[in-house]
Amino acid sequence: MSFVKLTASTLAIAAVSAGAALARDNIQIKGSSTVLPYATIVAEAFGENFDFPTPVVEGGGSGAGRKALCEGVGENTIDIANSSSRIKPSDIELCASNGVADVMEVRIGYDGIVFASDIDGAEFAFTPADWYNAIAAQVMVDGKLVANPNKTWADVNPALPAQDILAFIPGTKHGTREVFDVKVLEAGCAATGAAEALGDENECLKLRTDGASVDIDGDYTETLARLDANPQAVGVFGLSFYENNTDKLRVATMDGVVPSTESIATGEYPVSRPLYFYVKLAHLGVIPGLQEYIDFFVSDEIAGPDGPLAEYGLVSDPELAATQAMVAAGGTPMAPLN
Amino acid sequence: MTDITHASPGRPNSILAPDDRTRRRNAAEARFRLYGILAIGVAILALIFLLTSVVRNGAGAFTQTYISLEVALPADKLDKNGNRDPAEMAKVSTFGYKPLIKAAIQDAMAAQGIAIDGLKKPESLVSEDAAAQIRNYVLAHPEVIGGSRTFDMLASGRIDGFYKGRVTMQSAERDSNVSPEQLRLADALKEAGLVETRFNWNFILWPDASENRPEAAGLGVAIIGSLYMMFVVLALALPIGVAASIYLEEFAPRNWFTDLIEVNISNLAAVPSIVYGILGLALFINFGGLPQSAPIVGGLVLSLMTLPRIIIPARAAIQAVPPSIREAALGVGASKMQTVFHHVLPLAAPGILTGLIIGLAQALGETAPLLLIGMVAFVRDFPAAPPEGLFDPATALPVQIYNWTQRSDPAFVERASGAIIVLLVFLIVMNAVAIVLRRRFERRW
Repeated sequence: MSFVKLTASTLAIAAVSAGAALARDNIQIKGSSTVLPYATIVAEAFGENFDFPTPVVEGGGSGAGRKALCEGVGENTIDIANSSSRIKPSDIELCASNGVADVMEVRIGYDGIVFASDIDGAEFAFTPADWYNAIAAQVMVDGKLVANPNKTWADVNPALPAQDILAFIPGTKHGTREVFDVKVLEAGCAATGAAEALGDENECLKLRTDGASVDIDGDYTETLARLDANPQAVGVFGLSFYENNTDKLRVATMDGVVPSTESIATGEYPVSRPLYFYVKLAHLGVIPGLQEYIDFFVSDEIAGPDGPLAEYGLVSDPELAATQAMVAAGGTPMAPLN
Repeated sequence: MTDITHASPGRPNSILAPDDRTRRRNAAEARFRLYGILAIGVAILALIFLLTSVVRNGAGAFTQTYISLEVALPADKLDKNGNRDPAEMAKVSTFGYKPLIKAAIQDAMAAQGIAIDGLKKPESLVSEDAAAQIRNYVLAHPEVIGGSRTFDMLASGRIDGFYKGRVTMQSAERDSNVSPEQLRLADALKEAGLVETRFNWNFILWPDASENRPEAAGLGVAIIGSLYMMFVVLALALPIGVAASIYLEEFAPRNWFTDLIEVNISNLAAVPSIVYGILGLALFINFGGLPQSAPIVGGLVLSLMTLPRIIIPARAAIQAVPPSIREAALGVGASKMQTVFHHVLPLAAPGILTGLIIGLAQALGETAPLLLIGMVAFVRDFPAAPPEGLFDPATALPVQIYNWTQRSDPAFVERASGAIIVLLVFLIVMNAVAIVLRRRFERRW
């Protein structure tokens, strides 16, 4: 067999099947690694219960997912972007410039962010102000702004254990970090009075650089591994990750509230955020099963308080019925962001 | 004469007793040997550490705990109208089958006389996958509706972990997904012979599963995806690579242009693989319009990456064929083309094959370029048979490992290590084939 023939036939086969493969019959989803486990659970159940192929779900981060969604309309672009933060005006501009006119926003529920330490370590009860005083670059001491002098948690708040401060927080590419910045650092900054002294809100987000606070760019599994190696440290996790590892982690309270799906649903636990997915409306009716998948995702069986998502750690949305009605009506394009 | 006058008293110049300089040289040699042994020792220790940790973590993935229960299949739940219409029966989703499993486990407890105080959610002993298993069976065999049938169902990840030593009574007390009472129930069922641990073929044959059923996750789609990609690499990189090396070695004139090509090939062999991923994304997906997550794109990218790694050993193998063979062939009247294809190529083939297999093994273990072309995805449907299947979504072995290490359930750590073992076995087999080929067919001149 000559090599020329082999190559030619391979290329011919490739060319023929390229034509056949153009009509995509599976849903493609990409985005937040926080939403990824929920999306895979739904995709799996969808594949089992419907005659459509199981959707292909990719991670990669909220920003990457929204960018891929806005790349254009057509078979080669994704149908749904998962996101752990709300879509940004810049994304919508990008969408518009690429001909993606209408995008539907679907809120699937809420996710809590918890602070946890090694199961055999001391117990912590935090407030946002404690966190700000522990890891910010500049803090208030006796009414004056100084470079952070705190060495142990007891220096920050005498009620906390006298352990060296070592915090593993999500890196800046994570959607989780945004919530941590807003709900913990900015809240703590305001509570300690540092916000006024600093003047600029962005100054609140500057962290100390002496190694007491470590950015983790990987997943929660990396944070857990770091915590294993440093049992004195405190890590930041998603509620669902904690719920799957309760035998290794001891969770801390925030403002005296223990994080749980209940305390997050009622709004008592302060550090939580909504989770979304965004659907390209131009693909509805073109990609088979897309409408069914969206309906299935927000159905009570799946996203309700007794569904598999809640069991995994999602805090069910109290306004789920409104979302179901919106989705069933064929989806309304989202209102302009304000 | 001069020797005697030079020899100082007290320092006899004997060849039996070494002088200072010889002793220093001998010591230097001994030290060098020691460094060598130390270096090899450290490498062996690191290898042993790696292998033992992988095997210790991953061996569990190859066994799986099953629970066999008799499940009643009541007609009023599964087929309300009683007309056995497949479309109507399919309306009962997997959520409709969960109560049946709960009833089955309660029946089994009653039949065996098991009573455990404080037991909650006994049904969570059984994997979430069981509902789909029973539903698929019922839809395929509607005649079982109304009766009952014994199903071998997967035990859930935590129960499975209990029999592999990953979960203990102590850890269960602090675990929100399993309770000590559930573990005691599992033990009681095991005593009754309903719980059994077997070799886990599913780990090799089944597709990936979502985060809340690690016990059902397998490598099937990843192995198929890797095979498809290797097929594409073989079909493209072998002919192109061999043709390129024959032309460069045997036909091309030596000038600045072929020198430039030569430098470029050596350079490309050292380019980080992620660069090929970026190229593949831009060229094949964004420009060429090929689908995301498809083995064809992965295969094309890996072909580009492997080409220089095949051309370099292939050229070396062709170069190693002695010129006397070419001259003899030309001397009896063969054309240049006949010389190459009848004499040089067969003699160079073992070397080319060795290079090819090692190149394929490298491509098999490559992760980085696949991250960019969408192969790090959750894919549950098996791709179709080739050639159409080359365009269906699939994953690959190394990215499946990467995927599983990121999941939150600790059972996936075991799965990831198990997948590493599978990948290592593939690589060892491929490298062993390369060594055997070299030993058997290599000729020395």
